[in-house]
Amino acid sequence: MHVVVCVKQVWDPEFPSVSFKIDEEVGEVIPVPGLSQVVSPYDEQAVEAALRLRDAGAKLKITILCYGPSSAEHTIRGVLALGADEGILVADEAAEWSDGASTATILAAAIRKIGNCDLVLTGRQAADTDAGVVGCGLAAILDLPAITLAKEIQISDRKIRIVRVLADHHETVEAPLPALVTVTHELGKSRYASLKETMRARRKPMACWTVTELGLAGSATPAARVVRKKLFIPRRDQSCEFISGATTQDLAAKLAQRLYQEGLF
Amino acid sequence: MTTVIDILVVAETQGDVLAPITCEILGLANRLAGGIGGTVAAVAFVPETDNIGEELTAHGAEQVYLVKNPVFATCTADTWLPDLEKLVRDRQPSLILLGHTTMGADIAPYLAFRLNAAVITDSVAIAKKDRQLTLTRSCYGGKAQEVVTSHTEMVVATIRAKSQPATTRDTTHKGKIASLDSICDPTRLRVKVIGRQPRRHEGQRLEDAEVVIAAGRGLRGVEGVALANELAAVLNGAVGATRAACDMGWCPYTSQIGLSGITVAPDLYFALGVSGAGQHMVGCQSAGTIVAVNNDPDAAIFAYSRFGVVGDCREILPAFIEEVRKLKNQNRAKQHGEK
Repeated sequence: MHVVVCVKQVWDPEFPSVSFKIDEEVGEVIPVPGLSQVVSPYDEQAVEAALRLRDAGAKLKITILCYGPSSAEHTIRGVLALGADEGILVADEAAEWSDGASTATILAAAIRKIGNCDLVLTGRQAADTDAGVVGCGLAAILDLPAITLAKEIQISDRKIRIVRVLADHHETVEAPLPALVTVTHELGKSRYASLKETMRARRKPMACWTVTELGLAGSATPAARVVRKKLFIPRRDQSCEFISGATTQDLAAKLAQRLYQEGLF
Repeated sequence: MTTVIDILVVAETQGDVLAPITCEILGLANRLAGGIGGTVAAVAFVPETDNIGEELTAHGAEQVYLVKNPVFATCTADTWLPDLEKLVRDRQPSLILLGHTTMGADIAPYLAFRLNAAVITDSVAIAKKDRQLTLTRSCYGGKAQEVVTSHTEMVVATIRAKSQPATTRDTTHKGKIASLDSICDPTRLRVKVIGRQPRRHEGQRLEDAEVVIAAGRGLRGVEGVALANELAAVLNGAVGATRAACDMGWCPYTSQIGLSGITVAPDLYFALGVSGAGQHMVGCQSAGTIVAVNNDPDAAIFAYSRFGVVGDCREILPAFIEEVRKLKNQNRAKQHGEK
């Protein structure tokens, strides 16, 4: 069985917001010292979901597919070190300006080129755009059943069974393969790469394709429909009234009194 | 894009009433269409005849399409899509609005890709300027916001909960209600629902609470979260959590507030040991008053807060809870005396 996990390289979302800077003139993130590129955490959990299927006994080939700049090869190697089998990078220095439609079009073309794929996994959304468009978009283009927000996946007999996380319920659904599944963080922690796997990952196959090779127009964003006009950090002008006190007791009493005065309870 | 804007709102229901998000979207749709002579239509997918059509017109829809099919008793995107796609192809609205719910977030990209429309998710504001729609949404885990626009004639957008004032229900407002025959064939659905287990149990819904106590990493464990529960009990509030507190197993994921969790907008929000990470704040920044307790004076949370205390939650909370209890009792005694 062949599983393709689509991953995106993003600016580390765990980077502290006080140091996160944007060049509002050009509408880009400023690569300040310490800010690194990582695999989007939800996508990492999609990889984890594939590895858990293998742990549960499924015979799987796991391919990591990424549309990104050539620097993303390093990120893919990191994912291979978790236990995936091979990497494919659709390299495009302009990938950063792609929108969901364009990215899904390119990834769908790559999945067709890979061929005979039984299961496509993605994270629920990328940690930079927070859009969540590519997963269902891929399903629409490839005409696959789409199951979103998976926390548990089981495969048996050409069928897939998923537990989804909805607002008020956990929903168990079944679909025939091939299918597309997006994975949510309720899946739980991803594994770490062992030193042995990291060494092995260096020798794992890595293909580098171009957008043109996929039969699409060579430009960065052949299908982009959404254009970013402005990127900015919203100003927080709330002035905070700090309450202090000589003792904990005094402080607690002052805070309670102040909130009471304001009619907050 | 033409000057007139024809909006189609995709309604969600809770039993025989509209979901709050649908009333919020109708509020947005009416404001957008109001200035420029546009139209607001709504579509609802219902398992049987009910009063949803009248509810939608009472909330400002001029035209309602009711699609009836027993299959809509189970809400999966697959069941709505054939009828929704057909309706959109027939009516060609310029803007399709859905809630950024699990349902809306599933349908929007699929529908947009089928129709070569632009899809913009989790929007918090929409404006029409120079004959073009601009949408505002948060990105980079809530650290930044972007304003986007589209190349296409048709835009599909999902709207963040509690980002828009809802319409008020006015039963004198009438509109046209049309029933449509459903083309959804249940035998052709690929995704089958096998079962559902409720995730939430006792207590009031976090989204509806007027007071929310948010538990963060600074509570340092389940003992700290117990203090948050105690404060919630005194203030008749509900307890939410940051993603960190959920990941550490102190709080259930059902109580997670933020980008990948619930959006709340209570009158009063206590951020206890919450750093103020962007991904958390997008879920609570519409709160009326934020009160933060954090031992880091430079924590981002204070930039969102009306009142702040620099200190350890576990130390301060027991005394604070006692003070609040005292004041509430005094107040109660006073009110009782006045009667």
